Amino acid sequence: MAIPHAAMQTAATAEAPRTGTWDGGNEPFKASYGKLMMWFFLLSDAFTFAAFLTTYGMVRHRHLAYVGKAHDFFFSTAHWPIPEKVFNAFPGLHGIDIPLAFVALMTMILIVSSVTMVLAVEAGHRMDKDDVQKWLLWTILFGGMFLGCQAWEWTHFITGSEHGLKMADGSTVFGANLTVNEYGPVLFADLFFFITGFHGTHVFSGLCLLVWAFIATSNGTFHKRGHYEMVEKIGLYWHFVDLVWVFVFTFFYLI
Amino acid sequence: MAHHAPETDYNAHGAADHGKPNVKPILKALAWIVGITAFEFLLAFTMPSSTLRNSIFIILTIFKAFFIVAEFMHLRHETKGLIWTILVPMALLIWLLVALISEGSFVGESIFNAYK
Repeated sequence: MAIPHAAMQTAATAEAPRTGTWDGGNEPFKASYGKLMMWFFLLSDAFTFAAFLTTYGMVRHRHLAYVGKAHDFFFSTAHWPIPEKVFNAFPGLHGIDIPLAFVALMTMILIVSSVTMVLAVEAGHRMDKDDVQKWLLWTILFGGMFLGCQAWEWTHFITGSEHGLKMADGSTVFGANLTVNEYGPVLFADLFFFITGFHGTHVFSGLCLLVWAFIATSNGTFHKRGHYEMVEKIGLYWHFVDLVWVFVFTFFYLI
Repeated sequence: MAHHAPETDYNAHGAADHGKPNVKPILKALAWIVGITAFEFLLAFTMPSSTLRNSIFIILTIFKAFFIVAEFMHLRHETKGLIWTILVPMALLIWLLVALISEGSFVGESIFNAYK
């Protein structure tokens, strides 16, 4: 079938490839599919954690604040506790008031684990398998230490003090669970369990990914592939967990 | 750590020489984060609790977040489009936080001061 010459020319002009940034055939974000999707997943995860922390802020403002001097503070279900009065214990130093020291240690452990993770990613860029292995192991170690600390913190929070808290009905409550709380309103304990628990679950998933990445690195999987991008993606997730902790630390323990 | 030789077999790019690790910006970010956290602790024990102190805590936290996201997560070195894609939705959360915290105050007010 004969196509008129003019029509052919029009078609050719219309189909001339466009080469702009968003016209297809290139990567406007200069990031691989996997990395981009990890960023979007983390964005959605940030919304989840933000919802938790916003709920904490709302519930806290709905309750009465303690009015008076900090050193006269007493636990009561009538007012929201001062965090440094709740979290003042340290393993092995029973009965000594060391406010926030243990959570400071946990924070440092997690930040250091984030640094060893960056070093693993950096070693991956240099295709240095031994260094990737070394730094992944350090990250796994610090991540495991953090989880161990959190287990201790939870145990202490659940067990409670020796004197407990006298309730209005004459009973005494020791420690906290989802329905009773020695340290203040029940919702304080609920939010503690949900927020630190959800974060701890993230740390645990991160640890599983890290262990898997360590095994794959040892087997030379990434080396044969020619790049260590998988370590980079897991690194993004791991830093995000650290980032969330920075916010949990401020909103739950400092303010 | 010195025996890298066997790996060179399946190294497609022939980068047997691993080069020197570039850790300076990483350690600098770490120093900032540790320094800010130490300062936060100093404030927690020397300054009485107030709205001002809480605001300082939040601003310092955002600084720490900047170092983690920009340096550790490498976002600073990504394209502008990706940076904005991540940062703009986060702005919505600030509104959520402000709205629900004041909402909480109103709920508390209506419970404790309803008949005053």
